Amino acid sequence: MENILEVKDLNISFDTYGGEVKAIRGVSFDLKKGETLAIVGESGSGKSVTTRAIARLIPSPPGRITSGEILFEGKDLVKASEKQMQNIRGKDISTIFQDPMTSLNPTMKIGNQIMEGLIKHQKMPRGQAKKRTVELLELVGLPNASERVDQYPHQFSGGQRQRVVVAIALACNPKILIADEPTTALDVTIQAQILELMKDIQKKTDSSIIFITHDLGVVANVADRVAVMYAGKIVEIGTVDDIFYNPKHPYTWGLLGSMPTLDSNEEELVAIPGSPPDMLKPPKGDAFAPRNEYALEIDKVQEPPMFKVSETHYAATWLLHEYAPDIEPPEAVKKRMKGFAKTGTIRTSEEGEKS
Amino acid sequence: MAKYIFQRLVYMFITLFIIATASFFLMKQLPGSPFKAEEKLSAAQLEILYEKYNLNDPLPIQYLNYLGNLFQGDLGVSFQMNNQPVTEILMSRIPVSAHLGIQAMIIGTIIGMLLGVVAALYSNSVIDYASNIISVIGISIPSFIFAGLLQYYLGVELGILPVAFWGSFAHTIMPTIALAIFPLAISARFVRTELIEVLGSDYIVTARAKGVSNATLMFKHGLRNALIPLVTVMGPMAVSLMTGTLVIEQIFAVPGIGEQFVTSIMTDDFPIIMGTTLFFAFFFILIILVIDILYGIIDPRIRIAGGKD
Repeated sequence: MENILEVKDLNISFDTYGGEVKAIRGVSFDLKKGETLAIVGESGSGKSVTTRAIARLIPSPPGRITSGEILFEGKDLVKASEKQMQNIRGKDISTIFQDPMTSLNPTMKIGNQIMEGLIKHQKMPRGQAKKRTVELLELVGLPNASERVDQYPHQFSGGQRQRVVVAIALACNPKILIADEPTTALDVTIQAQILELMKDIQKKTDSSIIFITHDLGVVANVADRVAVMYAGKIVEIGTVDDIFYNPKHPYTWGLLGSMPTLDSNEEELVAIPGSPPDMLKPPKGDAFAPRNEYALEIDKVQEPPMFKVSETHYAATWLLHEYAPDIEPPEAVKKRMKGFAKTGTIRTSEEGEKS
Repeated sequence: MAKYIFQRLVYMFITLFIIATASFFLMKQLPGSPFKAEEKLSAAQLEILYEKYNLNDPLPIQYLNYLGNLFQGDLGVSFQMNNQPVTEILMSRIPVSAHLGIQAMIIGTIIGMLLGVVAALYSNSVIDYASNIISVIGISIPSFIFAGLLQYYLGVELGILPVAFWGSFAHTIMPTIALAIFPLAISARFVRTELIEVLGSDYIVTARAKGVSNATLMFKHGLRNALIPLVTVMGPMAVSLMTGTLVIEQIFAVPGIGEQFVTSIMTDDFPIIMGTTLFFAFFFILIILVIDILYGIIDPRIRIAGGKD
């Protein structure tokens, strides 16, 4: 399948009073047409910054893309002008934000907020745009859509607002949909509905989705591929099966170990010790080394490159080097992996077709 | 909505009644007499005047008489100005004050808002600091200082504008500037602070992610939300500007209602004091009502219940 987006060696810094914070340090990945890529990682690992950079939504100053390329259909967005970006945002690349309570303009009818993109990008006359807006609201599952277009955000519940945010993002059938923790602020039943909705829509429109989350349960449910980020880098990337059944990076082990499942007892939840490094002074060597019980001597000196595990699976850990000792994932994680298989937490592609 | 406005109007009459009562009795405590300033009147003549205006009646009777006339829309006649009806005097004075007030309000808020928008867009730049300094000066220095400075430099030294009095448009320029500085300073401060906050909010990022242009972002999404708190302060300010500022009208000898008010207090012209006070109060309450309704139009979240929800 062809790549719709290629991010190559992206570096982003923020200038603060304390100095330069290197938030993103050499991130590379690609996104294929129609696939869902999940980006997971702790808070502050650079998930949101990476995706906001794709839509060039990082405020500058203080943010700066210091080097790298973001190729969208072969065109480098890093070099695009603000005017060019305004024509891409909302039309080709749109974003669903985390908090539906604050991401809608409180003094504007939701219909007008959805229509704005249609009028700008598709040059629709107002009447037609309004008709399309009602269709969109029906598509995202909002009852009484024709009445609700004239209401204001405060007349909607959190879940309904997120549906409106989704409708805004979908208005112009974007080629890439960036979902920045779209379900984090919602309660669990609504979460499931929004996820179903996004999957349905993807099937209908064949758009690509970048899904940011720190909920691995959600990842297993929606993603085709997963990128694990830590301290501004992708440390492991692969298919869902690669990451859940054959994780190679100790950080991925840590994430899987700290993910609660229905059949796990409380004692089995393993937290990752410590906290992410201060990106004002990134440590020498592997940024995860201080928290990594499997860290090798070399981790303290030199950052590991990306090692190839398979055609689809890469991980940045020295454990994959041919001279490295053979280390198995911790017992808890292994047990967890067996659990995934037994309970079917992960929908393999065949199952996905059936459902 | 209609019910709400009706309710508010009822409250307005109650408030006006209380104000009328309080100011009537307070006014009667003023020292002196309305006719003292007249050239030597004999005791007998004074007595005739007192009798004519019913000033010898006991206070409660005078009060009830006044209220009775008030309900019939009669504010009485001036003691000083050849028995001219108070309503007539007010009607001749109000347009002058309103002219100055509206002019100052429009100029002040528009320049202030522009200044605030520019300061917010280039926050922490030289422009921002300059706007900040202008605001601080405008808020902290009383308007009569500006009035005096304007009169001295523009009127006396350069002689390009008339120093005082009323007549042509040129006469309105200096009082307007002196009056406009305060609303200018206040709105510049408010717009800057609010706009910076609004522009940092999530829905602005949402709008940007839709691909809207910077101008749309600023005016359609940003400014409207930033203006909500400004409306609150602008209301009472509009009243004080349009009902004439006592000091400025006095300094520029402008025949507005504020100047009339000051004169009437100094001469114990009771009907005019009462008339002006009631007019100020009425206008104030009315503007507050208008602001509350305006609020609902600008901010749908506080639209008054009972209307179309």
